[in-house]
Formats: sequence, C-alpha cells, structure tokens
Amino acid sequence: MESKEIIIETENSGWREKKDKLFFGIVVILSFITISPIALILYKLIAKGYKQINPDFFFKVAPDTLQAMTAVRNGELLPGGIANGISGTLLMVAVASVIAIPLSILIGIFLYENQGKQYANLIRSLTDILQGVPSVVLGIIAYIWIVQGITKGFSALAGSVALAIMMLPLIIRSTEETLKMLPISIKEAAAALGVPYHKIILKVMIPSGFSGLMTGILLSISRVIGETAPLMLTTLGSTAINLNITKPTSAVPLQIWEFYNNPNMIDLVWSSSLFLLGFVLTLNIIAKRISTQFN
Amino acid sequence: MNENILQIQHPVLSISNLMIAYGKDKSAVREVTADVKRNAITAIMGPSGCGKSTLLRAINRMHELYPNIQTTGDILLNGESIYKMSTTRLRRKIGMVFQRPNPFPTMSIYENVIAGYDLNGSKLKKTEKDSIVESSLHDVGLFEEVKDSLNKKGNFLSGGQQQRLCIARALAFKPEVILMDEPTSALDPLSTAKIEDLLVELKKQYTIVLVTHNMSQAARISDNAMFMYLGELVEYDKTKKMFTNPADSRTEGYLTGKFG
Repeated sequence: MESKEIIIETENSGWREKKDKLFFGIVVILSFITISPIALILYKLIAKGYKQINPDFFFKVAPDTLQAMTAVRNGELLPGGIANGISGTLLMVAVASVIAIPLSILIGIFLYENQGKQYANLIRSLTDILQGVPSVVLGIIAYIWIVQGITKGFSALAGSVALAIMMLPLIIRSTEETLKMLPISIKEAAAALGVPYHKIILKVMIPSGFSGLMTGILLSISRVIGETAPLMLTTLGSTAINLNITKPTSAVPLQIWEFYNNPNMIDLVWSSSLFLLGFVLTLNIIAKRISTQFN
Repeated sequence: MNENILQIQHPVLSISNLMIAYGKDKSAVREVTADVKRNAITAIMGPSGCGKSTLLRAINRMHELYPNIQTTGDILLNGESIYKMSTTRLRRKIGMVFQRPNPFPTMSIYENVIAGYDLNGSKLKKTEKDSIVESSLHDVGLFEEVKDSLNKKGNFLSGGQQQRLCIARALAFKPEVILMDEPTSALDPLSTAKIEDLLVELKKQYTIVLVTHNMSQAARISDNAMFMYLGELVEYDKTKKMFTNPADSRTEGYLTGKFG
C-alpha cells in the first residue's frame, strides 16, 4: 500500500514540474511580447534621432524652410533646434500645474473627508467622466472659453487651461487614494492634541502623504506633456521663443507635427520625439522612485 | 442612584447621565454616571462592543469625530463642563494615548514630543521647547535611550518605545487626565510590563483612565475599576473589591471568564 502511494506521488510531481516549466516559459514569452513595442520604439527613435541631439537642439529655435532645405541639399545636419518648443512646453505645463494642483488637491481632500456621502460619490463619478473626455474636446472648450473669451486670440493660457483640465482627475484621484492609505491613527493623534481641523489636514496629513501626492502630480504632468490635439486648437504654435501667456506659443508635440508636415525637416521629428519620450520616461522613473520610498 | 457605583470625594472628572448614540437608535453608552478619582488609575473593562472605548473618547470629545453621533448628559472636569470648552483647550487638559503607537511619521522624535505646541501654533522659545521635550521624555523613561537621536524620525524605535514616545507627546501639555485606549494591546509582554510600571509612576502626577481588555492588567495596576456591559456601567468599585467580591452577577461572570 505504502509503496504504491509513493509512486503516485512521484508521477504527480513529475507532471507538476513540467507544468511549472511550461507556465514559466509562457510567462517569459508573454513578457517579452509586452516589452517589445517599447523596446522597438526606443531603438527606432535613438537610431534615427541621436544625430540631431546637440547643444543647438536645446538652445536654438527651429530652422525655417529655406535653412532646412539648404542643409538637406548639402547633406548637412539640420540647423537649429526646438528651444521654442521646450520653453513653450515648460511654460504651459507650469501654468497648468499652478491652476490644477491646488484645485485638485483640495477636491481630493474633500472626497477623502466625505467617504460614502452621496454628493462626494457624484463628484467622484464626474471626475471619472472628465478623465474620459477626449483631449480634443477639451481643446475646443478651452478655445471657446479662453481664446474667444479672454485672450481674443490663440494663447499659451488657453493651452494651459486645456492641460490643467486634463490633469485635474488624475491628481484628484491620486490625492484621495494617498490620503486613504494613511492610517487613521495619525489623524486621531493630531485631533487628540487639540489641533484644529485645517491644521490636521495641512500640517499632518499632507506632509505624511507628500510623496504620494508628488507621484500623482508627476504622472499627471507626464500624461499631458505630450498632448497635441488640444494645443493645436489653443496655442497654435510659434517660430520664436515666447514667454507671454497671452500670445501663441510653441510646444514640443506641436513642433513634431510641424516637422512632420515639412519634408525637409523629417530628421527633427525623430530627435524631438526622442526628447519628448526621454522626458516622459524620466518623469515616470522619478515618480516610481518617490512612490517606492513612500511605501 | 445605583448602589454599585463608587462615591468619590473631590473627583477630577464627574460624568453624569451620559448617553451616546450612533445614528438614531444604536446607543453605545447608556446613562453612565461616575466620578473619577484624582491621581489614580481607573480601569474600564468589558467585552468588545460594550461602549468602553466610546465612553473613554467622550471624555475628551474624540467621539465627535465619528459621524452621526448624539450625546446627552454632561462631563465635568474640575467642575467645568467639557462641552462648554473649546476642544483645543479641553484636549490640552485631557491627553490621549491610543491602541497602536501612532507617532507622526514625518516628524523627528523631538518634533513629535513638541507637536502639540507646534501644530497649535504656540510660539515657544527654543530653550522652553528643549526643556519640555527633555522632561517629557524623562517622565516616560525614554530620554536616555533616544537623547542622541532626537532629530531622527521615530520609526526605528521599537513598538514599546514608540508607545512611550506617544505618552511623552501627551505629557508635554502637562494634562490633568490621560486617557489610554488599550495602550499595550499591540505590544509584547516586556514592553507591556515597562508601560505598566510607567503608568503606576505617572499616577503620582496625573489621573489616568485606562480602557483594557486585559483583566489581569486591570487587577495589577488600577485603583478603581468600571465594568461595562451593553453600554451600561454595571459596576464601579475599588479594583480589589471588584475582583474579590463583585456585587453584580454579570461582573462576576465576566471576571470568571463565562463571557467576554
């Protein structure tokens, strides 16, 4: 009896080992398939774009058509860079952050403090809907509100507002989730010291969840920094560096679109895309680092 | 008047007809009337859900943080109604220590002890702060252990040390009363023994109200004991008397392990 049982055991474990190996193999293959697009994209961008990455790329504005055409005919590198796009992107993201971050952190705190209440649930669903609104629609809204209503012309402000609306739902949810992850005992500790409500939130909860909030903010920035459609409708683009928020401004994704439409500037498409992807990846890595520290 | 309720001369706290309900019909504390003796440890015992934590939290109005709470009756602190004081002033006089150690994770040990002043915007000189921090940490026997790392965050401390840090944070205000909600339930036996010794030491200067699940702890360190059951204060007496000769059959049943 006993020996029979042992034989059955070994047969089973042999099959189990095979299943285990098979499963491991499938997981490896699927992981490989999953990462291959990003690897291929990076490879293509680096292979085609690295030539144009030089100091001029960061500090000079885009070349005009004649300069580009001459350079292509002589087989030289394209002159100039994307300084107008980088400065415009940084300007608009900064203004969008100033609008979106305080507002969405406040809303996030409100949702956290009103768990389970009906109006909070309503706001939460509206936030989800806002997240699903196509960015081009937000561009149209910003066009009507800001371009037609306030700046009477294409402007960086209009672009910033469109980006800010896109950032809102991301930061709201990450704020709420971060605060929910903090132990309630911290809040109680502060309340038991007689600390008034607003100071509990500002001086205890927010600092305790700081890295979580920071992660949400960085991810929302990396989400909007490559947006093209809403900017086409709002800031239009500019060939010079512009830091006036009431004037049309360039942005890196807008420039990529412009380069794409000009057969002589194709090389700049690759290098600008490489730059944009590198920027977004860096933001994502920083966000990951911060959130690992937080946990 | 319930004959099972201890009479106390010049009480520091005097609870009268206190009723607390969550929502409309779920009453947590029913008609509790009791006085709390100064410079003594008063234990509140009872099975889970008997309202002992709610009663404790009502003493510094922490129970008001829960939604839909209804409170009637009154609690006097040295003759003054706590419901007429601001919670800031009340909680300076009645400190609280929780079940799990909860030092502020973003603050150093030093900042944790002084947090009550800093978070309330008190402007103290550095020397005043230093002396408050030092004496509070001395009082909980932690100063020697952490004096070289006052500016480090408290998360490297053991559970027992963190709990003593939290007691120090409550002591920094020199409160009249310290409320403790099962302060040793998350600690190992050695840390528990240290905290119990500390409480016996602290009662020389402070009044301590202690909720505990641990009957032997109540027997070891408390002077008076309350037994609560289903929101009702069943019996309140000297601890020795209650453990040797309980007046109510429900108290006896709980203490002998028939339920709980």
